[in-house]
Amino acid sequence: MQGTLSVSVWRGGEAGSFQSYEVPRRGNQTVLDVVTYVQRKLDGSLSYRFACRVGMCGSCAMMVNGRPRWTCRTRVSRVASSGKLTIAPLRNLPVIKDLTVDMTDFFDKWAKAGGVFKPTATRAEDFAAIRPTDSKRRHADAGIECIGCGICYAACDVVAWKPGYLGPAALNRAWTLVNDTRDGNGAARLRAVAGDDGCLACHSQQGCQEHCPKHLNPTAAIAGLKRAVAVAALKGRL
Amino acid sequence: MSAEKLQTCLWLVQRISASVLAVAVAVHLITIIAAVQGGLTAAEIIARVGGNGAWAAFYGVFVVAAAVHAPIGVRTVLQEMTPLPNFFVNALSALFGIGLLIMGLDAVSILYRLGGG
Repeated sequence: MQGTLSVSVWRGGEAGSFQSYEVPRRGNQTVLDVVTYVQRKLDGSLSYRFACRVGMCGSCAMMVNGRPRWTCRTRVSRVASSGKLTIAPLRNLPVIKDLTVDMTDFFDKWAKAGGVFKPTATRAEDFAAIRPTDSKRRHADAGIECIGCGICYAACDVVAWKPGYLGPAALNRAWTLVNDTRDGNGAARLRAVAGDDGCLACHSQQGCQEHCPKHLNPTAAIAGLKRAVAVAALKGRL
Repeated sequence: MSAEKLQTCLWLVQRISASVLAVAVAVHLITIIAAVQGGLTAAEIIARVGGNGAWAAFYGVFVVAAAVHAPIGVRTVLQEMTPLPNFFVNALSALFGIGLLIMGLDAVSILYRLGGG
């Protein structure tokens, strides 16, 4: 592959600006390759995050031409047909520097949504036998592959409008645990995800589902939480 | 009642009132399309609906459903689009709902009385 890419990269903190670079085009080049080229060859002061480079760790998410994407698995040929790339830090999260955002709020909200598994059995007991075909297990399986990349959080307009909103990833995690029959924190978790900052705030716009690189559907998980919360309220268990 | 339970109840009430409104709006529109023959005039509406207890009850339910449904939505819009503290958001939404209820029920009552009811 010949030619160069015209790349605009966000530099600085919240009040930064875009800086332009020319990067050689390569066959099968990913957006992460482009960012790495800028840092290694053009400007060593560029800050960004990555680890596994194979779509497992969820650390390299950035805004690419206005959309949140996992950059290690995003081919340049798919997103920059015109030869231009604009790379910015993830939306809805405070910028630390350049392409690095502060994920503290994002992960704190997982804890607020009751994202921690509370076992009901002890080590002395045998393994729980759960059929893979069990309907609750299927609901949990549908959301369990989340890699915590923050792309759904960046894609969500409700997070942008309402900073307290727990967000799609935390609520998806809560839904997998609501459907985990081994978990013993169900009532407290439903209380945690009910209310104005929880699942009821979701407008079902499905930006999370549209952008999730793992093709999960947090909107469906949130709809499940809404039903569970409504039933709990009607039965006086909230 | 806990805040979570109250907010969940508001969410549920908004959905229940939406289902009432869906039926009420459909009946209202179909009736208008079917009944209006000589142009939409106040005289024709009063002649058709005024003084009729069944229509007054129908529009009374319509008004109550709208007065419950709309302020809960306005509350969400204010929470998302303005920096107002929750107390003001709740107060403004409640005032909006009370206003809708008073004006709506007043209109239904006047229509009923104008028709000789």
